[in-house]
Amino acid sequence: MDFQYLKEYLGWLYYQYLLITGIYVLEPWEQSIFNSVVFSSMTMVIYTSYVFVPVHVRLAHNFFCGKQPESTMALIN
Amino acid sequence: MPPSMTESSANKLINGDVCHRTANGKKSSGRNGFVKNHCLFQQPQQKKYRRPSEKNNHAVRNASLYNKPFVEQFEETPLLVAVLTYVGYGILTIFGYLRDFLRNWGVEKCHVASERDEQKDFVPLYQDFENFYTRNLYMRIRDNWNRPICSVPGAKMDLVERTSKDYNWTFEHTGKVVKDVINMGSYNYLGFAENTGRCADSATGSTHKYGVGVGSTRSEMGNLDIHEELEQLVARFLGVESSMAFGMGFATNSMNIPALAGKGCLILSDELNHASLVLGARLSGATIRVFKHNNMVSLEKLLRDAIVHGQPRTHRPWKKMLILVEGIYSMEGSIVRLPEVIALKKHYKAYLYLDEAHSIGALGPRGGGVVDYFGLDPKDVDIMMGTFTKSFGAAGGYIGGKRELIDYLRSHSHSSIYATAMSPPVSQQIITSMKIIMGEDDTTLGAERLKQLSENTIYFRRKLREMGFIIYGNNDSPVVPMMLYMPAKIGAFGREMLKRNIGTVVVGFPATPIIESRARFCVSAAHTRDMLDTALEAIGEVGDVLQVKYSRHHDFPSSLGPWSSAESLLLEPSHVKSSCHITN
Repeated sequence: MDFQYLKEYLGWLYYQYLLITGIYVLEPWEQSIFNSVVFSSMTMVIYTSYVFVPVHVRLAHNFFCGKQPESTMALIN
Repeated sequence: MPPSMTESSANKLINGDVCHRTANGKKSSGRNGFVKNHCLFQQPQQKKYRRPSEKNNHAVRNASLYNKPFVEQFEETPLLVAVLTYVGYGILTIFGYLRDFLRNWGVEKCHVASERDEQKDFVPLYQDFENFYTRNLYMRIRDNWNRPICSVPGAKMDLVERTSKDYNWTFEHTGKVVKDVINMGSYNYLGFAENTGRCADSATGSTHKYGVGVGSTRSEMGNLDIHEELEQLVARFLGVESSMAFGMGFATNSMNIPALAGKGCLILSDELNHASLVLGARLSGATIRVFKHNNMVSLEKLLRDAIVHGQPRTHRPWKKMLILVEGIYSMEGSIVRLPEVIALKKHYKAYLYLDEAHSIGALGPRGGGVVDYFGLDPKDVDIMMGTFTKSFGAAGGYIGGKRELIDYLRSHSHSSIYATAMSPPVSQQIITSMKIIMGEDDTTLGAERLKQLSENTIYFRRKLREMGFIIYGNNDSPVVPMMLYMPAKIGAFGREMLKRNIGTVVVGFPATPIIESRARFCVSAAHTRDMLDTALEAIGEVGDVLQVKYSRHHDFPSSLGPWSSAESLLLEPSHVKSSCHITN
């Protein structure tokens, strides 16, 4: 059953994450605190990169390989 | 200090000079104003284009002193693993501070000792920060240590099962017993930890004759004839003139070194010496200088500096120089480079104190320890110390050497004057097991066990290396440290091995450097090939689950077996020697 195998594999990956960060030895409530901190910072990083990275890539591309526009707002619109 | 110690060292100087000329073939040419380098062991050339991937490479600098290849490996820590280990310790430190704050503000119940409320304004009695590591990391994985054993700690043992409801602050026994746990942690090198057989019967007989307690110290009324018999037997076993036995191995070191060295003496001790040697050296009041682990160039530099500069402020010559080394270092699994140490000691007129706690009975074709392993003369080592705990299945320590030295120690050592004498059944156990090892009891049990131990050692080490673990130490040492590095893996390894019915010892921070935590296996002659195979299978499984197979040397030619490294070693020394003689 592929789902069974996948679940086991994900469980093993979570175990590796617990071992490498050292969370394995902590009590469950401490693990929840750490996981929520990590989860929220990861979410923020992903959201920020989703919103801002394409714009910055386009600006850099125009700076290096294209004509300079009159204003930056013209690009974003 | 007995006069014969200086006499005998003067005699040895003649031999030492001869030894020096044959070891160092080429003599430096004398030119005016040119500083001659008379070092026995040259500093190795630094080759910048070849990045050494291992510390303490295979090649031995002075291979003419060794009669067999000396292969030691200490693989470097992979960089990613080191970084992740520091990250893990950082996160655990943050959580440690959090818990300490909660305990301080009273939100959480404090289990450690603290003063009463009325005494809060006094000078603090329990310094909280010193035990930060103990409170916040050791306590969380404490169930891996102090496991109660309820049978003989032989090749297999029974453990008392225990659980904890408050995360290892207190334990409760469930009443059940975990049976037949394979014991990979006991120092049972020759398998004498048993409750049946000749040793146990003779110990029972001596209990019936003498009782168990002695009721006095050796110098007052506690000197039994069984002690005299034991000391003569130990002297014969080691090949020295005379020996003395003490009740406790730790006390042998810490109480006898102060009797041998004092103010105005110099003690040169290895970096990784045991706590008993360090304590004895500090108690003696002598100046202590530390040389890098098993590094003969560092030791020679210290000896030369000591002779040239003398004592710190007055520049007078040192009264005596004592070199403290161990036979096998139990945390690294490395064996001391004894031929080179003896050559240095003879050349520079120092004394040698050899602590064979783990190597007596476990190394050498006749079980005579490192001296036997290298085929050297026991009279070259001034003070041979060892313990009976590891290979003889008893407790206690001994010191062997010249008759005048031992007679001096009998009257001047703290341990003989104040410590209780060794218990008779323990002494009888040592006598019987030593006779078995020497082959004097008309059976071949001793020779069989020695052979079994060395076969088990070679097999176990080879298999672990092939599986891809990082194993430290010499190929012939029965102590096998396996690196784990990360703090969470220490606890996880111990628990996973116990689930598979194997008892192991894991070691962490204060006993090892902070990132180099390890699991330490002790191979025993009582382990059969099946037990080792079961253990190896379980270790391989756990290694895959925990991802501790860090070794980056996958090119192990298993077709040639363990002798391929020996062959490549025999080709190297000539290359190394020629590069040494290029200097000057």
